[in-house]
Amino acid sequence: MQSTSLNNSALISAKSIYKSFSGHRVLEDIKLSIEPGQIVTLIGPNGAGKTTLVRIVLGLLQADSGEIFRRTSLKIGYMPQKMHVESTMPLNVFRFLQLSGKHDEAMVDETLTLLRILHLKRRQLAAVSGGELQRVLLARALMRKPGLLILDEPAQGVDLAGQAELYALISEISSNQGCGVLMISHDLHLVMSATDEVICLNQHICCHGKPEHVSNDPAYLDLFGARASQDIAVYTHHHNHRHDLTGKITHSHDD
Amino acid sequence: MIESLIQLYTTDFVLYALAAGMSLALVAGPLGSFIVWRRMSYFGDTLAHSALLGIAIGLLTNSNPQLSIIISCLFFAVLLTLLERRPGVSTDTLLGIIAHSSLAMGVVVLALSDSIRVNLEAYLFGALLTISSSDLLWVVAVVAFVSLILYLFWNDLLSATVHAEIAEIEGTNVKRLNLILVLLIALVVSVSMKIVGVLLITSLLIIPPAAARRLAQTPEQMAIKASCIGSLSIVVGLTVAFFLDVPVGPAIVVAASAIFLLLYFYPSVQKA
Repeated sequence: MQSTSLNNSALISAKSIYKSFSGHRVLEDIKLSIEPGQIVTLIGPNGAGKTTLVRIVLGLLQADSGEIFRRTSLKIGYMPQKMHVESTMPLNVFRFLQLSGKHDEAMVDETLTLLRILHLKRRQLAAVSGGELQRVLLARALMRKPGLLILDEPAQGVDLAGQAELYALISEISSNQGCGVLMISHDLHLVMSATDEVICLNQHICCHGKPEHVSNDPAYLDLFGARASQDIAVYTHHHNHRHDLTGKITHSHDD
Repeated sequence: MIESLIQLYTTDFVLYALAAGMSLALVAGPLGSFIVWRRMSYFGDTLAHSALLGIAIGLLTNSNPQLSIIISCLFFAVLLTLLERRPGVSTDTLLGIIAHSSLAMGVVVLALSDSIRVNLEAYLFGALLTISSSDLLWVVAVVAFVSLILYLFWNDLLSATVHAEIAEIEGTNVKRLNLILVLLIALVVSVSMKIVGVLLITSLLIIPPAAARRLAQTPEQMAIKASCIGSLSIVVGLTVAFFLDVPVGPAIVVAASAIFLLLYFYPSVQKA
């Protein structure tokens, strides 16, 4: 099923991918391709098959049918959704990064500086916070100078301000190093500025294209419309009371 | 007392025991660290228990006992690895079933064969002082082999332990490494039976690394310090066993546990 032949300029391309788990279809007729320097974002609700598709692209999972073309000797940097840090193993960030091969210390420092986590270099992995760990994982993915970065919800556990910064960083890395990026995200609004192409997935591809196009697509609104308007509601809800300068409620409309 | 110590450590059989125990402790440091990191202690236990069945079969078929133990341990290691991937029964339950049923089967088979009278206790709790020069040779050969393999695959094994999928994508053959690790554990378990016995083998593998954890900043430090703590436990256990006239295997494990407790509580006492 898999082949390394190169049929176009893509780093990786897949078509007609099907996958079922114990009779339940998870992926149906998926088509996907990533060019160098291009950022492709997969969005979709829980159980849409995003992680399954990524695992197939990574080669960790076999599709039931379909074709995958991978550019020969393509190096992939992979950042998993989460990592269990085993507290019984003493391991600092520097040594963790060295697990992917013997890397020049200057190169490690450069990557850590780029990700603004140089201060974590000698910190034990077990003492690194969730948001910091995401950056350490991204650093590990960058260690081998990959042609393709695959990121499974890179912003998970990162606060809102940090998320925007992280996506900006990913987009910067992609354009500076010319590597393609495939990432999974929950939130189109946050990744919008950092992505070239969005694939909206719900077992099959509902719609795809430029982010501004997808965000207006009926299929996208169908999937995300309700939730998106809820998100907005948080900020536009009607107050039924007012506060004075000290924070005390002064009166209520409902009375 | 010093005189009797000198006498103790210049006796042939005690020196054999010491050499065998120290070699085992040496390799148990790094190998046991992996068992701790990967939470495989129950796996090691099951392997050790099933080794008794290996002994029984070996004795019945009149084959080389050391060889039959090694073969049965390797067989059970592969069997467990294959069974672990089957859905439906949790690994924990599966290991429990195999550990105890094979131990029981071993005892039953040994009891059934009238022609063989074996000292069951020696297999359960070890008989370090009965180690012969050929036993010692087995231990040293296996320890040297296991150490070499661990050294060669050290970084890959660490990487696969920390995150299997990242390791796989970076080009490490994780499945092969897992099998290698399991076979190494089986080899070490099979030669440590005479030293501490099937019931106590896992403790010698996991107590020293657990004790070394707090003293280590890197995985390598943990492995080396575990080897040192293991060796110390052998010497202390052997000496105590001699003076108090108690069984050697359990004395070694008690010594290791005492060191663990000391190291576990010492720094926090100092802080307070």
